[in-house]
Amino acid sequence: MLRSLRTASILFVLLSVLTGIAYPLLITGIAQGLFPQQAGGSLITSSGGTIGSELIGQPFDDPRYFWGRPSATGPSPYNAMAGSGSNLATTNPALADAVRERITHLRAADPTNTTAIPIDLVTTSASGLDPHISPAAALFQVRRVAQARGLDEAAVRKLVEQQIIGPTWGLFGAARVSVLRLNLALDTMKP
Amino acid sequence: MNAAWIEVGLFFAVLLALVKPLGHYMALVYEGKPCGLNRVLGPVERGLYRLAGVRQDEEMTWKQYTVGLLLFNLLGVLVVFGLQRFQSLLPLNPQQLGDTTADLAFNTAVSFATNTNWQAYSGESTLSYLTQMLGLTVQNFLSAATGMAVLAALARGLVRRRVETIGNFWVDLVRSTLYILLPLSIVLALLLVSQGVVQTFGPAVETTLLDPTTDATGSAVATQTIPLGPAASQIAIKQLGTNGGGFFGVNSAHPLENATPLSNFLQVLAILLIPAAFCYTYGKLVGDVRQGWALLATMLLVFVPLVGLCIAAEQNGNPRLAELGVDQTASSQQSGGNMEGKEVRHGIAASALWAAVTTAASNGSVNAMHDSFTPLGGLVPMWLMQLGEVIFGGVGSGLYGLLIFALLAVFIAGLMVGRTPEYLGKKIESYEMKLAALVILIPPLVVLGGTALAVAVDAGRATVSNPGPHGFSQVLYALSSAGNNNGSAFAGLGVNNVFYNSLLGAAMLISRYWLIVPVLAIAGSLARKQTTPAGAGTLPTHTPLFIGLTAAMVLLVGALTFVPALALGPIVEHLQLIAK
Repeated sequence: MLRSLRTASILFVLLSVLTGIAYPLLITGIAQGLFPQQAGGSLITSSGGTIGSELIGQPFDDPRYFWGRPSATGPSPYNAMAGSGSNLATTNPALADAVRERITHLRAADPTNTTAIPIDLVTTSASGLDPHISPAAALFQVRRVAQARGLDEAAVRKLVEQQIIGPTWGLFGAARVSVLRLNLALDTMKP
Repeated sequence: MNAAWIEVGLFFAVLLALVKPLGHYMALVYEGKPCGLNRVLGPVERGLYRLAGVRQDEEMTWKQYTVGLLLFNLLGVLVVFGLQRFQSLLPLNPQQLGDTTADLAFNTAVSFATNTNWQAYSGESTLSYLTQMLGLTVQNFLSAATGMAVLAALARGLVRRRVETIGNFWVDLVRSTLYILLPLSIVLALLLVSQGVVQTFGPAVETTLLDPTTDATGSAVATQTIPLGPAASQIAIKQLGTNGGGFFGVNSAHPLENATPLSNFLQVLAILLIPAAFCYTYGKLVGDVRQGWALLATMLLVFVPLVGLCIAAEQNGNPRLAELGVDQTASSQQSGGNMEGKEVRHGIAASALWAAVTTAASNGSVNAMHDSFTPLGGLVPMWLMQLGEVIFGGVGSGLYGLLIFALLAVFIAGLMVGRTPEYLGKKIESYEMKLAALVILIPPLVVLGGTALAVAVDAGRATVSNPGPHGFSQVLYALSSAGNNNGSAFAGLGVNNVFYNSLLGAAMLISRYWLIVPVLAIAGSLARKQTTPAGAGTLPTHTPLFIGLTAAMVLLVGALTFVPALALGPIVEHLQLIAK
């Protein structure tokens, strides 16, 4: 028993050093060498500082911007330090109420648009930080954004189509548009 | 939609293609034969033994093996507990996070030592980088290696004759970690970083929002703080070791933990990789690979239909939202379906596949919020856990669990024809069956007893967040998860409180060690027995008949035990959902 305890303790310390210190340090070293951009959070920087992360969504509510998905994080939407889903059940009346409110908000911002609203635009994501919307959700907003910016609708539509990321190798995941990338491109097109 | 099914098909194809090569490699590791990495890792291995005073060829009885295992696991619990309680005084804490409460520290320590990785906290706002690395990452390796060691010992018990010993725990532990978990983790971690999963010791980064917003109180918010950390190294082993504990609170739904569809595919593959390959390893170890393939077929027989059900249920969407006129149809422009609690980049199929995979294996990581799944979509992961984590299950632990069901199957078959049951030539007698009954019955007892307790007291009901039957489902899911060492959650339930931290902590402890000890006792008992040669009346255990019989045992026990409870939760909720 005592011998077992001694062996257990020494092995525990050694394996802890190996898997808890050497291994993460090795990965960090190689990662920083090979993929510094990805390892550091895929940050987008400009002359003015850090604009955001390619992978972390931001809240948008100005009609001149494309809006991302609703976010369930608190106390403010897209709080990256407190990622969270709504965890509302499909049968929870609070979910239907929230969706109804979001529909009203989207319709009010674009009264002439009568097409059905894509589901991802009125539901919260798992992380509350989803950087993407579906191509359908981006195309849905083209007219509103074009009008708010005084841009040609076709030009905005073309911009959205350029920003569509297809499934990886045509096989993995879903087609999507990065909301932050799209809005940055919009600002470049017409500030 | 078609593309989504292709991804699912590809998942199974790649997984099955890897079973034989990896399984063969792991068999070499457990047999102590040269496996190809000896030149690099051999000196490390021998160095570890020398420093710790381990004699490689020293064999242990099942009791010595069990004592070593329990002592080693106890150390793990104590260290993780201590690291959390003193993290504010320790280095590598750039966000200057405080110490955790005693009940949370207990729950988390038990959770990671038992390979459950239930998380009552959010990593980014609760645990220092040091606690994550030296506490949790270490346990991700060691708890997985513990389960793998037990399987190796059980396999030895089945093939050895008239001996008292079942191997050396220290050697099994070190070899599992060094030759299997560590090399695979290094490869996977780097692949994940290439996709955008973060790996840095830098503190969180503050950025300026393009379109400032307001918080709940109406004050302006103009910045966003982006959490970072050494995540990829932990996530690789979290998946490979069927651990599942996320670096960030929302686990693999977090874009910095699971950045792209490709990182998602790699992670979901990594969850089932070792449990699937272990079937082949087992076959090699007992000298008949057909036995291993039969067990893998048993798993797939139960698993594949449930994957299909989960995807279909989620793709169908939420009828309550359809009434509001939103578009839930799948097309090339959108995934459609029930998108509440799911990420656009993964879409429906990859999210539902993950839910089934993570609960079939005792992984528990999530890339979508199971609480917001449709009732039937949420029933699948809940039931997969309740089946006892034997359909793939944890690394090692899933397979030894399924082997116990296989013993039950030969026992029942033996009763039918009036013959002493045998498995691999070993007579299965009342001692083994009593222990097998313990292994099969303890988890349901913990799950149902714990659920009954939680819904009976105010402390258990106070933090339920959804109304109606779904509220009951949240509690049942939590106990099913802890009581089978899975770790996934219907995350709306508030669990970081003394009641749930204690109850779920106890559930995890019981379901881990009260299963490991009987399994090792069975291994010890079988090792002592002589092998009887197969005769005309022997039930072969690699045939479709036996595969069907074992699967039937799993499903029967799972259905008889849990259908009444499921009827009160997801089933009645489904009826409510489709009623209008």
